[in-house]
Amino acid sequence: MNDSFVAPAVDWLYLAPILVVLGAGVVGVLIEAFVPARVRRTVQVVLALLATAAAFALVVVLWRDPAVQGSDVAPYGVRVLGGSMVIDPFGLAVQGIVVLLAFLAILVIADRTSTGQDAFAPSAAAVPGSPYEDLTRRKGLEQTEVYPLVLFAVGGMMIFPATGNLLVMFVALEVLSLPLYVLSAMARRRRLLSQEASFKYFLLGAFASALFVFGVALVYGFAGSVDLVEVYRSLATPGGPLASMPGLVVVGALLVLAGLLFKIGAAPFHAWTPDVYQGAPTPITGFMAACTKAAAFGALLRVLYVVSLGLAQSSPATREDLFVALWVVTLLTMVVGTVVGAVQTDVKRLLAYSSIAHAGFILVGVVGFSQLSLRATVFYLLVYGLATVGAFAVVTLVRETAPVRERVPATVGAGEAGAPDNPSDDSGEQPVAVLGEATHLAQWAGLGRRSPWLAGTFSLFLLSMAGIPLTAGFVAKFTAFGAAIAGPDGQGGGSTWVLAVVGVLASAVAVFFYVRIIVLMFFTAPAGGADEGSGEGAGASEGAGVTVVRSAGPTTVAIAVCALGVLLLGVFPSPVLDLAAEAVKFVP
Amino acid sequence: MTMLLPALPAASGLPAATDVVAVSETVPDVFRAAPFLVLLPLLGAAVLLLAGRRSDRWGAWFGVLMSGAAFVVGLVLFLAMLGLPVDERVVDHHLFDWIVAGGLDLAVGLRIDPLSLTFVLLVTFVGTLIHVYAVAYMAHDRDRRRFFAYLNLFVAAMLVLVLADSYLLLFVGWEGVGLASYLLIGFWNHHRAYAVAAKKAFVMNRVGDIGLIVALMLMFATFGAVDFTTVFAEAPAASTALLTATSLALLLAACGKSAQFPLQAWLGDAMAGPTPVSALIHAATMVTAGVYLVVRSAPIFEGAPTAQLVVVVVGAVTLLFGAIVGCAKDDIKKALAASTMSQIGYMILAAGLGPIGYAFAIFHLVTHGFFKAGMFLGAGSVMHGMDDQVDMRRFGGLARYMKVTWITFMAGWLAILGIPPFSGFWSKDKIIEAAFVPVDGEPWRAWVFGGVALLGAGITAFYMSRLFFMTFSGRRRWNDGGGSLDGLGSQDGPVRHPHESPRLMTWPMIVLAVGSVALGGLLAAGSRFVTWLEPVTGHAEHAEPVLPVWALMTLTLVLVLAGAALAWREYAMASVPVRAPRGSALTRAARRDLYQDDVNEAVFMRPGQYLTRSLVYADKEMVDGGWMGLAGLVGRVGEWLRGWQNGYVRSYGATMLGGLVVIAAVVLALTTGSAS
Repeated sequence: MNDSFVAPAVDWLYLAPILVVLGAGVVGVLIEAFVPARVRRTVQVVLALLATAAAFALVVVLWRDPAVQGSDVAPYGVRVLGGSMVIDPFGLAVQGIVVLLAFLAILVIADRTSTGQDAFAPSAAAVPGSPYEDLTRRKGLEQTEVYPLVLFAVGGMMIFPATGNLLVMFVALEVLSLPLYVLSAMARRRRLLSQEASFKYFLLGAFASALFVFGVALVYGFAGSVDLVEVYRSLATPGGPLASMPGLVVVGALLVLAGLLFKIGAAPFHAWTPDVYQGAPTPITGFMAACTKAAAFGALLRVLYVVSLGLAQSSPATREDLFVALWVVTLLTMVVGTVVGAVQTDVKRLLAYSSIAHAGFILVGVVGFSQLSLRATVFYLLVYGLATVGAFAVVTLVRETAPVRERVPATVGAGEAGAPDNPSDDSGEQPVAVLGEATHLAQWAGLGRRSPWLAGTFSLFLLSMAGIPLTAGFVAKFTAFGAAIAGPDGQGGGSTWVLAVVGVLASAVAVFFYVRIIVLMFFTAPAGGADEGSGEGAGASEGAGVTVVRSAGPTTVAIAVCALGVLLLGVFPSPVLDLAAEAVKFVP
Repeated sequence: MTMLLPALPAASGLPAATDVVAVSETVPDVFRAAPFLVLLPLLGAAVLLLAGRRSDRWGAWFGVLMSGAAFVVGLVLFLAMLGLPVDERVVDHHLFDWIVAGGLDLAVGLRIDPLSLTFVLLVTFVGTLIHVYAVAYMAHDRDRRRFFAYLNLFVAAMLVLVLADSYLLLFVGWEGVGLASYLLIGFWNHHRAYAVAAKKAFVMNRVGDIGLIVALMLMFATFGAVDFTTVFAEAPAASTALLTATSLALLLAACGKSAQFPLQAWLGDAMAGPTPVSALIHAATMVTAGVYLVVRSAPIFEGAPTAQLVVVVVGAVTLLFGAIVGCAKDDIKKALAASTMSQIGYMILAAGLGPIGYAFAIFHLVTHGFFKAGMFLGAGSVMHGMDDQVDMRRFGGLARYMKVTWITFMAGWLAILGIPPFSGFWSKDKIIEAAFVPVDGEPWRAWVFGGVALLGAGITAFYMSRLFFMTFSGRRRWNDGGGSLDGLGSQDGPVRHPHESPRLMTWPMIVLAVGSVALGGLLAAGSRFVTWLEPVTGHAEHAEPVLPVWALMTLTLVLVLAGAALAWREYAMASVPVRAPRGSALTRAARRDLYQDDVNEAVFMRPGQYLTRSLVYADKEMVDGGWMGLAGLVGRVGEWLRGWQNGYVRSYGATMLGGLVVIAAVVLALTTGSAS
């Protein structure tokens, strides 16, 4: 018995990226308390951008660290705090992707556009439609807590893929989820929808967390530890606990995977995605669609590989059976994402289904189970994230307008229509008020004629999502499906090529709804008063116009970076693919 | 984005970077300027196209400047090349790695050697002259700037074609000149016929391009590379069958681009383009790319004697074909086009003869580039003076009105006839000699191909003289507005006031005429040109033809003079009817290009149309129907699944739980199954 407390030796350096982000989050809370309201927003934005940039730089530094990369004599990876954190190339790669995308997302979050307002409620605590809300609106309050919340979520996302301990993983899951629940509720417009989304997300998230914890408990019951290395050992021992309790490990692993697949948005755990993506403030949607998925895939791969490698040692048959579950999820996810996506009429919901479909495509790569598939997954996450942040950033700029004289009462403004509280008439023509985002597809008709650049970049993101050559999406899909076809042994063994075939077919269906938007933007006349009643126009608010607001700068930068990234990775993917290949090493 | 994750330390760095340095260190400094050959005209095209109407005022001269600058670069490189020892005259200039993927490693680089430099000088020099000519010729066209943009684009693409150090880059240039040719043939595409002509040229070129693509695939499959160095080094070791296949594929490509039998039909119609285009692209440079391809691919062809025989046959057939067609054409440009086809037939024939013919093929290509371009410009000048009339039956007696055009045209005429000491004599006579050189074991070859070449020279003399006399000599057959001295048949048709063209047009013609007169002799003296090309074509031992050289030369001259005399009697002394007589069966056939279009239409077009129509039907009914059905199905399934997305958290939770339970049940059933 060891009853004296020994302080663990902590290698702080390897935690530095995470500490910087979480520390900045804490500082952000203090800023809320002590910095005058006038400059609070500026300070918060700068702090958040600096923190993510610094974290990225630190990830780069650690990447070069010989202890992380390993050498001929020493293995790669560093276990900090007894395996609570595992800093290895794979974890670092995912962390790098998360902070990079978070940086771009924060740029979009921080943009107030030419309307002078950000996407968040002046006071999220105000009851929608109450006089108090109207007051906060007129006083021009701002909810700058957004930035610390985002930083906390990013911190959780960075721990998530870089931990070798299931309990720490659970904590990270909660750390990343709770701020997201709050952020989802903070939309400036359509607040009821936003709050409903947040609440759904919270309830279902809690449900998923419960499944996860229950799974961890079962795994503990089986392995006697929540450390993934221990789990691997007990799985790999032939005649070990596995022989007597196969049900325990199977159900435990399934429950843990279910918790992770929920975050990824894979069917049948996807139902929250469209509602939450639609309701949440659009910059936040972009952030969580891109970053959460990257982090969750990181964690999923880590767990999956431990289970898979362990079972491969002792009971390949059980491993195969467990993989059936993964197959079912993958197929279901692709089909649901593409098929239901094809009938959507709201651009945010459509992107949500697209995100579900992409989860399926990434899973196709994952199920290949080889070095190739790890490389494909890392690359795909980056590419998907860039296109997603970019696409949602574009959505933030396309707005509805209403003539000012029909001033909508404040009570309505809190609900579905949004409040025209900024009568800006810089156009010199009929004064119009800029409302919330024009998310109905019919409102995007003819956008390409009015804003060719914006529509052009949006098309680029859509083409990348569709996987058209010369965009990054093509390379990503190609490597992912290629990994599935190569199979676990890299020789085309196994039957994962079936998934790749379904993936290609699903992609073909998905092209339909991406290209439909492009056709809509460039080749369809804007819906005038005459054909308002026809088909897709029915959902658009009566009499509302559509306009494109100017970005105050940051969003333009984010969109440009994303577009450039999508193009460059499409034309010259080799350097990044090589880096991704370096990232496939990880310690269980 | 490449900064996402840092590159690893040196150990796993890309090897490419070091390769670049290693190769380019061996390149003499001056040759680093080679990319500018391509970049300057490309810049010209880009600026003119992007600046749009804003550059209308200075666009034409900017185009001339870019082309001229490329010529200066070419000249500098040429002088530098002369300064190198003979065995170092092949310079490979690696530019960058283009595609690096698995076993495929494609670099972009330029090969600067005597062959490519010959083309560079020809293309940029003649090209620049024609640019200057076009400034005046196109003066009244409101899209003159666009015309120069395309011309510059053509020059850039042509230089890529000849400077490429791999078949893939060559293919890029190959397609580039095809595009430029298409754009320029259809430059006046508001005339439906011209647009159709452009399309015809494009489609027939595509047929040839298939050959190049197939050749590329064969090379990649055999050698694992498509760059000249590797392919030529490994070609001798490859099997004859494979080399024959590759050679025939390359020959198909050459036939398409160079309008050789059986892909010759487009060239006549391509005359729809403005005359400077006909001079530059469809006489002097682009159409000779096929000859370049065959000569460049010599190591491949030499491993395939059968393919070489096919090359010679194609050349021989085309040279007669073109000559016969040329005898019957009344459209001055189409007659010149038929002549071009026939002359390129000579070059292809020479290229098929092997090492003894390569240098002469290129030699004839160069001299032909000068005299044919000169004659096209002359034809343009005539059209300029005659309000775009092209029917030679409406010309006649123009020598008095257009002195410069007449004399420069005469230089070209004498050159193509092969009258000593004009340029054409030095090159064509050598080809005829080479054709008469016996081949071991197949004595018939020398007599057949030599005979064809000889006969071709005679026919050439007839039709070119016919063209010359019909245009410049004899009776005036145009309406001179009543002041007619010999007025029969000249009172109908619009009144013409033939006049000499402006200086901007005559000076390029004069320069080209000087080339037609003197270039051949200059390059032939002391076998200068043959020696210059030796680093590429190899040294060929002199071989004796089956007849003594003096006898061949005399025979050729006699035939040529006979042909010219016949033409003089028929078209200068006798009166030429304004309307073409019915003529013999052969004349009627030749007028219709020996029924080439009819054959194409009967054999390819109609079955092709029938096929496409049935395919379209099948596509509509079956494929489309299937797709639409599928789309409908997806839509219905989507709507049905969408119903599950009802917005109630309870049902979402139930879905999750239900899904999980089902999956767990399946997996558990499987595990218990496999455990027991």
